[in-house]
Formats: sequence, structure tokens, C-alpha cells
Amino acid sequence: MAQIIETATKPLQAVDVDVVTIDLVENGLRNARYEMDEVLFRTALSPGIREQHDEFPLIANRDGKMVVGQFGLSVPDFLENFAGMIEEGDVLLTSDPYACGAAISHANDWLIVMPIFHEGHLIGWASQFGHMSDIGGKTPASMPTDARTIYEEGVVIPPFKLFKKGVLDEDALNIILNQVRKPDWNRADLNGIVAACRTASRRVQEMCARFGIDTYNSALEALLERNYRAMKILLAMVFEEGKTLSFEDYIDDDGRGHGPYLLKLSLTRQGDKVTLDFSGSAPQAEGPINYFINENLVRMFFGIYMITVADPQILWNDGFYPLVDVVIPEDSFWKPKFPAALNARNHGIGRIFDLFGGLLGQTNPNLLNAAGFSSSPHFMYSGNYSDGKRKGEWFQLYSIGFGGIPGRPLGDGPDGHSLWPSFVNIPSEYLESYYPLRVEMMETIADSGGAGLHRGGNGVDVAYRFLEPGTIAIHDDRWLTYPWGVNGGEPGARGTKWIERKDGTREVLQSKLHDYPVERGDVLHFVTWGGGGWGDALLRDPELVALEVRRGLISTEGAARYGVVLTGDHQVDVKGTEELRSKLAANRPSPLPTFNMGGSMESILANALEETGLPAPERPVAL
Amino acid sequence: MKYRVGVDVGGTFTDILLMNEETGETFRAKTASTPEDQSIGMLRGIERACQQAGISLSDVGDVLHGTTVATNAILEGKGARVGLVTTKGFRQVLQIARSFVPGGLAGWIIWPKPEPLASLENTVEVRERIGADGSIVEELDEADVRAQLTKLKAQNVEALSISLINSYTNGAHEKRIAQIAAEIFPGMAISISSEVLPELREYERAITTVANAYVQPQARLYVDNLQSQLDNADMKGKLFLLRSDGGLVSSGYASANPVSLLMSGPAGGVTGAAWVAEQTGYRDFLTLDMGGTSTDVALVQNLAPRIGRETMVGDLKVRATSVDVRTVGAGGGSIAHVPQLTQALRVGPQSAGAVPGPAAYGKGGELPTVTDANVVLGYLPTVLAGGEITLDRDASVKAVEAIVEASSLGSVESAAEGIIQIVNENMLGALRLVSVQQGFDPRDFALVAFGGAGPLHANAIGKLTGAWPVIIPPSPGVLCAYGDATTNLRNESVRTLIRKFSDLSDEGLKTMLEELGASARSLLDDEGVAKKDQSVTYSADLRYHGQGFEIPVTIDIDAFDGKGGGITALKKAFDAEHEHLFSFLLNNEHELVTVRATAHGPRPAISASQLPAGTADASGAYDRDTEIYVDGKKAVAKIYDRTKLKAGNIVAGPAIVTEMDSTTLILPDHEATVHPSGSLLIQPSSAR
Repeated sequence: MAQIIETATKPLQAVDVDVVTIDLVENGLRNARYEMDEVLFRTALSPGIREQHDEFPLIANRDGKMVVGQFGLSVPDFLENFAGMIEEGDVLLTSDPYACGAAISHANDWLIVMPIFHEGHLIGWASQFGHMSDIGGKTPASMPTDARTIYEEGVVIPPFKLFKKGVLDEDALNIILNQVRKPDWNRADLNGIVAACRTASRRVQEMCARFGIDTYNSALEALLERNYRAMKILLAMVFEEGKTLSFEDYIDDDGRGHGPYLLKLSLTRQGDKVTLDFSGSAPQAEGPINYFINENLVRMFFGIYMITVADPQILWNDGFYPLVDVVIPEDSFWKPKFPAALNARNHGIGRIFDLFGGLLGQTNPNLLNAAGFSSSPHFMYSGNYSDGKRKGEWFQLYSIGFGGIPGRPLGDGPDGHSLWPSFVNIPSEYLESYYPLRVEMMETIADSGGAGLHRGGNGVDVAYRFLEPGTIAIHDDRWLTYPWGVNGGEPGARGTKWIERKDGTREVLQSKLHDYPVERGDVLHFVTWGGGGWGDALLRDPELVALEVRRGLISTEGAARYGVVLTGDHQVDVKGTEELRSKLAANRPSPLPTFNMGGSMESILANALEETGLPAPERPVAL
Repeated sequence: MKYRVGVDVGGTFTDILLMNEETGETFRAKTASTPEDQSIGMLRGIERACQQAGISLSDVGDVLHGTTVATNAILEGKGARVGLVTTKGFRQVLQIARSFVPGGLAGWIIWPKPEPLASLENTVEVRERIGADGSIVEELDEADVRAQLTKLKAQNVEALSISLINSYTNGAHEKRIAQIAAEIFPGMAISISSEVLPELREYERAITTVANAYVQPQARLYVDNLQSQLDNADMKGKLFLLRSDGGLVSSGYASANPVSLLMSGPAGGVTGAAWVAEQTGYRDFLTLDMGGTSTDVALVQNLAPRIGRETMVGDLKVRATSVDVRTVGAGGGSIAHVPQLTQALRVGPQSAGAVPGPAAYGKGGELPTVTDANVVLGYLPTVLAGGEITLDRDASVKAVEAIVEASSLGSVESAAEGIIQIVNENMLGALRLVSVQQGFDPRDFALVAFGGAGPLHANAIGKLTGAWPVIIPPSPGVLCAYGDATTNLRNESVRTLIRKFSDLSDEGLKTMLEELGASARSLLDDEGVAKKDQSVTYSADLRYHGQGFEIPVTIDIDAFDGKGGGITALKKAFDAEHEHLFSFLLNNEHELVTVRATAHGPRPAISASQLPAGTADASGAYDRDTEIYVDGKKAVAKIYDRTKLKAGNIVAGPAIVTEMDSTTLILPDHEATVHPSGSLLIQPSSAR
């Protein structure tokens, strides 16, 4: 347990704060949090943070409770695990999930935690983590898909003081950066994170000066309390007392040929409290897909889903945490035993949103979205230039792909978009000017979004032509199980990755692989999956279907899934459509299922090779 | 010619400012806008101003005009049906839109995605490819081009845009497609990305080019019509339009590049503020332009507004040089509400707009707005100057009562004060974006407040930011027209390079800058501006090699001594700015992304008019007392008539100064000094 050194002796006083001041503080915190993003985006060097925004900031109160942020990194768990004194000017760094209570969940994420002091009082914490494109280890980008232990995943930094009373520990930093392939990226990104936390710190100090330290501190309590009250009402409104809801989904494979891994989440409300229980989920995987999840993170994901629809302007915080108990079984996918490999946990993070969607949507129709683009598929490409003026120079790319947003109560899911806040794709022109590749196509794939009254967004096909020999790595999932549809909507299409060799041969690639050699002239098709459909496809406006055929988002054949028949010039054949729709309606179950998972797991496994070009994974191994 | 006229056309009113260039004497006219043909309202207003001045229309020289024609086309979704030509494989560039979803985690659940500005059914791709180095990877297939354009013809597109991959390095294919298109679509406006925005990033370039095409037919029609109406009225001066960056351009340039007009309105306000501030001797200031639905803010340093590279209109973000104006959805019409679940007090972004408007307007509005809160607190007298407009205080009270019931705020007055504090805080958030977030301390700046509602909130914003004095210009409602009338001709030439500094030489860069400068000057030459009256400034967007964002830096052309002095100076300037913004430096190599030359015409020599001198005693303008509610208690405020104030008068708060188009609130413990140029300078009383 960390010991905090405060020079002020007079304790903080709880004072009454009027509602307007609370809202003013809320607004100030929100501005500070966005400023943290801005500082880092603009100074980072790695494409992952700079272009794609793979980073998450937070500001906490003096107890470490998040008062603004979106990806609680749990300062309390960090402090619990840190033995030593913390004083003004200290800046702490770690990348070891096992040493901070899973405040971060893989070693690529470098986490900065900085105490904020004002007039000798500890008044809060600024914290932010960013995904480092490379942290050393056996493969470029440091995410070996076959890893069994965290030792294979590069440098793992235990919690330590990067700055002691404002003075940088250059030796330690140099030792760390000596382990990685792109030290200038890590150095710049780390600088940016520290600068962002310092900015947050300044803003909090300014608020203390403006409102008074007691008022500021008490306003945070009130903000926490506001979330607590709101959530208490919401929970009672949405969940029936004593009734357990459950939802199951899968991770397709562990990168070592085993799978699928069952993920299960149950919810029960008793009195004011709900329990979120991960029991029934798969034991830990041999491969690196384990998602070591922090209890507070679970609470936060849950809360965000609950309240986004109720008051979108609310400043999200930890206040309601006492209302939620979390049960995570030991040695499971969610809490693997040290030193299990963790690098590929992005599929688990993504899938937790599908789990929550499926779980909460059962009692709250406003939240029942279809399965979405619940991952952040990675594509890496690296090597040395083989000739020309850059001969011998090392290049290394890490990028994130996007796919179909699911059909939603609000409407269609956007095509080829990101479920992750503030993430964007890397411009093709940027890739082409910095890497030896050419993007020959970046298009969404017609019909890949699940059919529905509200259509699922289409997945994306990006074709990369390699201009230098090198190796690639891929991290994706949902090549086997379907992005499910809801309320009668159909599942979206699954993802696939394939390569067309210079000689014309074609090869389907595993959804998780690394150190895979490519030659100059080879073309990789990185095809992501579509979002599931929402509602009955036969109720979709035929004119809209026809328009989307003309737009190339649905094919003529695909229109048939909506029961729409088109004329030669892609106009609606009204009579033909009526006939087809009544025929289709007569030959399907009634009512339509709430969830359409694309068939039973048995049939999905049995058809795997034929439908996907890849054999079904072997059953998970006991460890 | 002795007279020039600034014209600002707003949604409701057209403001005219006729200026005698020699004496600085101004004549103002305000007429109802005539949206069906804005030239009618404009000419009517100009005639009226001429009558006041006792001159005829033919005595008027140049007409300088800030316009929202392009902005409105986008906001109202009423632009042209645009065809877009892309490289094969990139037809969905606008559909994918960089995959960006706004909002936080789970924000995608509630985000309605806007339709692309060029519909997918009106987007075609052609076989061709240019490499990142500008080399031709695949020749343009002209037969394919003709086939695809013929498809677009069948779609009845009204404007055409062309945006090919890597065309920023080589525009040959785009130019050839434009030639072919000119055959197939005779007379149609064609926007090509290598001319509109020769910069890396295919989505940003495409959306900017499409936006240009989208507003072009309307902009062209508008400008042509205006020109011919002015000609018919026997007006002999030239028509110039105000660009987003605050400079004037010829009407011909404006109709070819309307995407550069998107911020014309706000730019007029900021340049007007610069003119006003200059008269008062303050050269560094923030601007606060608060209207009915939104507030625009900007930062001006040494009378030069900070220039940004992005323009945001509604949901649409394009890359176009403009005054770095940030907009927040906070205005007089912003609606206050209390979400049931959290019981927080929220103000905006929903607005009552002009219809039904605030409850006080008696046009059917019932929801509590910021204006209603101002009425409840007595800041906005129910009978305004001249008695033309009266406000319904009872309706405001009734509307604000809804907030009292839903929240823990005990009275209508405290609810109204809460609403004002929240909306002020929202504006403060925008001001922080342009100041502290850019490394500027607002206390080093003055604050110029204008727009219909700005002067009501300005004193409070001054207290929040510490930006003193708060300057309320004369006739704050027509400040844009001031800006239009007092700025200069400007033209810009840009080139994207993306070169590490080690790949640059002093001479090479200097030659390129001179070429860009010559190209920027050519438009001014065309307008008959003598070479000696032209000046050229240079700037570059720089970053550390590998960073994704650039920082704009001014180039000192005289530092280029052929021995590396120019590049060293650039490095130094960038490091200073990086340190200023982020408080650290990197050892990475510097990289030059974009260079830019801006040619400036001379600023018109206009002298400012002066108010008659008076003493500190403002009682000559005193009208009556009124009761207001401030800082949680009642107070008596004096109301003054602004037209009767004299230079040197000091108005002590609490006080309200009324005039035709605006109302200024001076808070307790503050006072306003009347500057000879007509501005009110508000300061804490203790500052004197």
C-alpha cells in the first residue's frame, strides 16, 4: 500500500456545494479530460496513438476514484500494489498488469499515474495509459500470437517512479527503452502522456484556486453521489428483483489452435445492488487471449452502457461502484494465473461490449443493439528496405481496422466505423508515404451487414500491396462465430483474411498470426466483419433497399434477404416484392428469435472448413 | 473614392456600414434580409445609408461583403447534387469517413450518422493510380473516365468534384478528368482536389473538395446576381467578399473557391473586433460573439487573429484556412433543462431558435431559455430602446419556474442565475480552447464582446477569465460589417512537401517560397494593387518526423542567408511553439509538411470617428432605475442610453446600457469607461 506524503496538516473540510457549482466543476473536469487527449494526440509519434488514438485518460479524486474518464484504470488498485512513499512531483509508470491489479491488461499499455497536489494537500490523481506500438520481445509490435507466458511479450515494467520529486530517472528510462524496437516512438508517446497528466494536474489546481480546495473536493463527492443516485434509480427501474439474466458469447480461438472459448456473464439484482458474475466462462487459455479484467473496469463498462441513453451529458464517474458487486472466477479467461500471456486481450475487451449489450438489452430495449464490431483487429507489417536510398532501414507498422457498427434501436449501423471512442483509421496516403505498401482498395463489403429493419453496418475490405519483403502479423476474431442479430435481425458476415501471392495463388490466413513472411507484390485482403441486423428485415422500406443497391451497399441478391425484388434498373418491383415478402414470412418461425447467432455451435464448427477455409479449432486444453 | 460600404447579411437582418474613408464617419442601416434575393435588402440598406450621408449610389466605391451563402447551403442541406470521381478502390471514402464515431464509450449507440455530402450513387471510381511520390503507377484510362462521367450525367448531378489518391503530389490525372468532364458537362462548376486542397490525407481532401462543389452553384449565382444588381444600380466600385481567414477576395475568386467562404460571417466579426480594439489601444484580445443559438470565440494576438487549418460547419469538418473560431452551442435561445435521472442543470445545446424563440418573445415559446433567465433577473429590460420591442416578463418567469420544480434551486431568481452561470461556463469552455489550451493566459488579453447577446454576458465572462478590459464596441450588432469594411485584400498559395529538414536546403526552400509568393501576388496584381502596396508573409506547418499533427510557424524570409540560417530559424520557431504548447521537446528530426505564402493588399486608411468629450459624470445619458437580481440578492441598477454617452463618461455598476441592437450589463463593483472611439471599456472598479 502506497504511503502519501502531504505537507499540509489541516484536514480538508466537507462543505455544502450548490448544484450550479457542481455543474461548473463537472464542466471543468470534462474540458480537462479532453485536453489530455489533445495534448497526447498532437505530440505522439507512434501511429497507434497519433493517428488512431489508442489511449485513455482519467482524473480521480484524492481517494483515486475516477471523476472523469472512460476507461477506469483503477488508481486504487495501483496504489494498493505499490509499496513506497508518493509525494508531490512524483510520476509513476508501470506496464505490468499483474502488479497493479489489472489496472492495465497487457504489457503494451504503459500507464502513468500522477498525484495532484494543491497547497500541500493531495487533491486528486491524473492518469493515462497508451498502447506502445512495440515493447520488444520476440516479434515486431510485441504481440506474439503463440505466447504462453508474459515473458514472451517484451519488457514488463514494474511500478516505479519515472520522476522523483520532478526529476526524471533517466537511467531507468534508458534501460527500458533499450528493450524496444522503436525507442523514439515510446519516448515521445511517454512524454506526451506525462505532459497530458501535467495538464490535467494544472487544470485541477486552477479549479481549486477558483472554487477553494474544500469546495472542489466536496463538489467531487457530490458528482460521485449524483452517479450513485442515478444508478440506483436506473437499476431498480431496469432489473427485476431476484431474477438472474445471463448471456453467452465466444472468443473463437486462442492463437494456438484451441477454441472456441465460452464467455458468460450473469446479472442479478437484490435490493439496491446488482451482482455481475463471470462464472461459467472458460478457464484460462493457453494462448495470449486472456483478458485479465479489473473489477472496477467491469463496473464502469456496465455503468456506461446503462446511463449513456439516460443522460448523455453526464460526466461519467465511479460513484455508483458500491452498487455493483463483481464475481470473477480464479484461473479463468478473465483472471488468469501469473505468468499467463495477455497480449491479445483486445478481443476480450471488445466482446465484453457484446456481452453487456446482449445481457442488458434483454430488459432494456433502448440498449438492445445487435452484435457489433466488438474488437480492434490489428495489422502489423515490418521489415528492412531491400534497396533504394533507404536500403537497410527498418520499418514497422501497427494499425487498427474497423468494421460494421451493429443495427441499433436508433437506426442502421454505420458502415466501416469504429465502436471505440475517438479512434480513426490511418489515411491510405499516410501509409503510402511512410511505408513500402500501396492500398489498392478500401471499401465496405456489400451484404456483410446483417439484414434487418435497421441494417448492420458493412465490414471493410482493405487490400494492401506490399512493396518490400517483410513479415506481417494479424490479430482478429469472429472468423468462426457470427456477429449476432437481434429482434429478428440476421447476423452480420464474419471476417476473413487472405493473401494473393504474386504468382496468383490464394491463401486464407489464420485470424491470429505473426512473423508471417510476405514478398514484394503480394496483396493482403484484410476483411473485417459486419454488424448484426436489428429487427425484421421484411419490414425495411423497399425503396431504401433499392437505394442501397444503387449505392453498392447491398447487392441485388442481397436485396432478396429483405424480400425486395428489383427491376433491371434497380427500382423496386412492387408486386414482386409483395409476393416474395409474403412467401418468406410464411416460411419462418414466429415470433422471430430475439437473438440470431447464425446456427448452433455444432453446425458452425462442422461447417468451418468449408465456409471459412480454415479448420475448426481444437478443444481448449486444460492447463 | 471617398466611401466604401461593408455589408453583412444575417439570417434576420442585413447590416450596412457606409464609411467615409477620410473622416472615418460612419452611417449605419439595418434592414430586413431578403432571402429570396439578398441583393434587394442589400441595395435597400445601401440606399438608406447613402441618404443619411447625403450621397448617391454612384458615389459609393468598393462593396465589401461577408456572406453566409455557403455556410447556409451546408447547414440547411440545400447545396448542389454533387458528383464525385475517385480512384478505383476508394469509392466509399466519404462513406467510411475515417471510421470516426463521436462521443464516448457507447457513444455509437446514440449517434445518428449524417449522410455523405456526395451520395454514394453519385460517386464513381476510375482506373488510374498515382504513387505517394507522384509517379504514375497506372495511366489514366480515359475511356473508363468517359463511361463513368456518362453515368454521373444520367444521375443529373449539378456540380462535379474530383479527388484522386495521391493527387496532392501530382494533379495531372485530375486535370485531365476535368478537361473531359468539361466536354460532357458544359458550363458545370468543377472542383478538383489538387487545386482546392493539395494536401495529404485522402478523406480530408475529398470532403473539402466535395464541400466546395456542393456550395459552388449557389455561391456563383449569388455573387453573379449581386454583381449585376450593383452594376444596374450604377455603382462603380468593385465587389469583394470576405474569406474565412479574414481577408478580402474578388468576387470571381470567391465563386470559384466558395469553400474558403464558410467562415466568412464569423471572420467578419473577428476582423471587426480587431479594428475596434485597435482604436482603444488593445492589440491582444479574445472575442466573444454570442448570438441566438451559438457563440463564436477566437484569440487575436497583436491585432492578427490566430489562423486555423480547419473549418467546422454543423457536422461538417473541412480543411480550409480560416480564423480559428470555436463555436459552442450556447446562445440567447439555448434551452435549460433538468434530466430527471441526474437532476443536473443543463443548458443547451438545444435552442429555441427564432421560432418559437424564448418565452419572453411571446411567439409561442414556452421552454426556459437563456434570454428568459436574463429577463427574470432584470438584465434585459422589458422595454428596449425606442420601445420597438417589448418582452413578456411573466412568460419568462413561468418558463423558468419549470426549472425550479425539477431541481433543488429554491426560486426563479436562483434558477435563472444558475442558467446564466452554466451558459457562461459553456462559453468559458470555448474560450479556454483558444487560450489556455494553446498556451495563452487569458489574463494577458482583453475581451471584445459583441453579437446580440454578447454584451449582456461579457462582464461575467471577464470575471471568469480575468481578461480585462471587456470591450463593448459601438453598435455590437453590426460589428461584422465593420470587419468587412476595414480589412484588406488577401490571397494564399500553398504546397505540401513532407520533407525532413535534412532533405532541405536554404536556397531550395527560399526559391520555392518566392515562387509561392509570386503566385499569391498574381491575384492582387489582377486587382490592380500596385506591387509596392503588396506585402507577403510566409508560414510553414512543421512537426517532428513521425508526428501526426503539424504546428503552424511563421517563416522569416530574411533569415534565409543561403548558409542554413533560414532552416535554423524555422527549427527554433517550431521548438519554441512546441515547448509553449506541450512543455517538452524531442530529439527527433524536424519535418516540413506544408508551406504557404499569403499576399496582403494595403489596409484601407480609415480614421475612426470620435465621440464628443465629456466628464466622468454619465448622468447625461441616465434614463431610469430598474430592479435586478445579482449575486443572490436584489439590487437597483441604473439604465443608460448609449447614444447619449460621451467620451470619458464612467458608468458604475450595477448598470444597464441600452442601444438599438444590444444591451450591456455592468455588474456591481465594475464600471465602464466610455472611450473616445465609442467603445465601452468595462473593468473592476478596483482597477482604477
